Amino acid sequence: MQTITMREALNQAMAEEMARDERVFLLGEEVAEYDGAYKVSQGLLKKFGPKRIIDTPISEAGFTGLAIGAATLGLRPIVEYMTWSFSLVAYDQIVNNAGQIRYMSGGQFSVPIVFRGSSGGGLQVGATHSHTPENWYGSVPALTVITPAFPDDAKGLLKAAIRSNNPVCFIENEKLYGFKGEVPDSDTDFLVPIGKGKIRREGDAITLLGNSASTHRAMEAAETLAKEGIEAEVIDLRTIKPYDFELVAASVAKTHRLVIVEENKPFCGWGAQVAYDIQRKCFDELDAPITRITGLDVPQPYNGKLEAAVMPNEERILAAVHDVLQ
Amino acid sequence: MSAAGTKSVKMPSVAKSVLDLPPEGKRDLYRQMLLIRRFEEKAGQAFTQSKVKGFCHLYIGEEAVGVGTISVLEPRDAVITAYRDHGHAIARGMEIKPLMAELFGKATGCSRGKGGSMHFFSKEKNFYGGHGIVGGQTPLGAGIAFAQKYQGTGGVTLCYLGDGAVNQGPFHEALNLAALWKLPVIYIIENNEWSMGTSLARSSAGLPLVNRAHGYDMAGITADGMDLDDVRVKTAEAVALARSESQPTLMEIKTYRYRGHSMSDPGKYRTKEELEAHLAKDPIHLYQQKLLAAKVADQAWFDKLDEQIRAQVQEAYEYADASPEPEHHTLYEDMLTPEDQIPEIPRGNYNHF
Ligand SMILES: Cc1ncc(C[n+]2csc(CCOP(=O)(O)OP(=O)(O)O)c2C)c(N)n1
Ligand SMILES: [Mg+2]
Repeated sequence: MQTITMREALNQAMAEEMARDERVFLLGEEVAEYDGAYKVSQGLLKKFGPKRIIDTPISEAGFTGLAIGAATLGLRPIVEYMTWSFSLVAYDQIVNNAGQIRYMSGGQFSVPIVFRGSSGGGLQVGATHSHTPENWYGSVPALTVITPAFPDDAKGLLKAAIRSNNPVCFIENEKLYGFKGEVPDSDTDFLVPIGKGKIRREGDAITLLGNSASTHRAMEAAETLAKEGIEAEVIDLRTIKPYDFELVAASVAKTHRLVIVEENKPFCGWGAQVAYDIQRKCFDELDAPITRITGLDVPQPYNGKLEAAVMPNEERILAAVHDVLQ
Repeated sequence: MSAAGTKSVKMPSVAKSVLDLPPEGKRDLYRQMLLIRRFEEKAGQAFTQSKVKGFCHLYIGEEAVGVGTISVLEPRDAVITAYRDHGHAIARGMEIKPLMAELFGKATGCSRGKGGSMHFFSKEKNFYGGHGIVGGQTPLGAGIAFAQKYQGTGGVTLCYLGDGAVNQGPFHEALNLAALWKLPVIYIIENNEWSMGTSLARSSAGLPLVNRAHGYDMAGITADGMDLDDVRVKTAEAVALARSESQPTLMEIKTYRYRGHSMSDPGKYRTKEELEAHLAKDPIHLYQQKLLAAKVADQAWFDKLDEQIRAQVQEAYEYADASPEPEHHTLYEDMLTPEDQIPEIPRGNYNHF
């Protein structure tokens, strides 16, 4: 085991996969000579050279489409967005090209590609820079959406995503890049299965379901609840689409209560899908309505106090839990 | 050489050798153009019979562009275009039966009935589609060329777009990337003077369109799309530049569509005179006159060919008509590639009722 940051875990994942597969390459703004806007690609240019670690102009639609075209011919690109907020100018390429080409071609052309980068609010960078787009991409049938919360998952899931033969949106969280955790050593070729959630804390009073940074908010709330004698189970969804319904259902069968914590805005956030599925298939297990704590339905404000209110914070989670437990 | 493009890039002078085709080669180019014409007429007819649904954009009048450009390619090269894709697919050698069947939405279609008129694909022929979002295919074209270069295949990519598509941002991003990274891609603007009902003059500043090569220090050349040989010579130069020096080119080929934008467009925005002036320069007729004059073929040969092609197209129509609809279960197929390096990802079923 090694104790490393999320940033280092992601870096190792890319380096290991590039070493084992010549077809894998990384492109994006500042990924090479600058070593990455968030230093996720640090040292990779030195290791792999400019053919495979490629600085792009600020041209998301162009380099995203280019990477998709290269994938249809058989390469396996990793596209880094400085932040996922900037993927919006490439939305057409991701949705209409990566998302539809295989189907529209009757299965002839595959798109083995990973789109990755930072996301999320809470850093006072304002409304344009704080998006959590997992629900936007999750609504495209052919896209797989992954949002890791811990370094081990970040590494194992990114390696798996790079090996997938299908387009994956790998949505990291800027606040977590410096988060440290235990990760298996590099010689173990550590992979985490895509589509599987993970119980990060066991409990029987209520299920808290989170992803990415929201998992950490749920963990903090669970600690506070434990002091009140309430043992919450915390599930980290890890993969948003397709998500691990069985794991959530099994937990709900135990706790009979579900609070979903997500940074997505409330309308059609990923938690809405989970809540729908659970009420539809586990109706009799529920002792209380499913409740969602989401980013508030307003643009992200710059002011720190205001933004803190928008985020799914501990205070709001605790209020929801107490409401559901009543 | 009409290089509107750069100071730094000199077009290689490709001997007019591409024109030194044996007679059967010339006759085959004519055959391809006529096959496209007759295929499109049949497709239009099938549309009016409601056998073909949705959008159906015909290539009638533009045949010399698709046939001329693709005729100088090798099998390892790639082709990608927009939604007006029937002509390119035929010129690339795709069988017309699966093409007609695709228009009919049948299981035997080239995209298994899931693509339709705008989304023809053939991996075997390196035909990367058929793309419905105006300009959306242009970064893909750069990417295919990028992969050809990365893998050292020696192949080049032809990426087509319309005169309306030149105003899409991603096209300019693609031009910049192609020039910056020296990608073996040739962007071919099929300038048919109209983007739906908007004339070129009303859509684009800085005419002629080929001037847009300047800003990217890229070779830029024009060709007369009604003249098959001109298209062939100019494209051969661009292909040679891409293949030998890995340099992109922007081509503007002047052409004209004789039909409406799609089958649902009566084309009221243009005058009869305008249409007639272009009909007088029919690329198929002009090439026929050339071959007659050069005694490459006589009138009897042309008459017989037309008869054969009409029969071939009729056969494709009947094949498409008789082909089965896709089975319901195919609805869920082709979305995802099976995994071979990781376990299959368990896919949730979000479909109720
Ligand atoms: C992004 C986008 N906007 C609008 C359309 C609708 N549309 C389809 S074709 C077309 C005109 C394009 O003309 P041009 O690029 O000149 O190609 P042509 O049809 O003449 O071959 C329009 C507006 C579209 N398909 N995609
Ligand atoms: Mg046009």
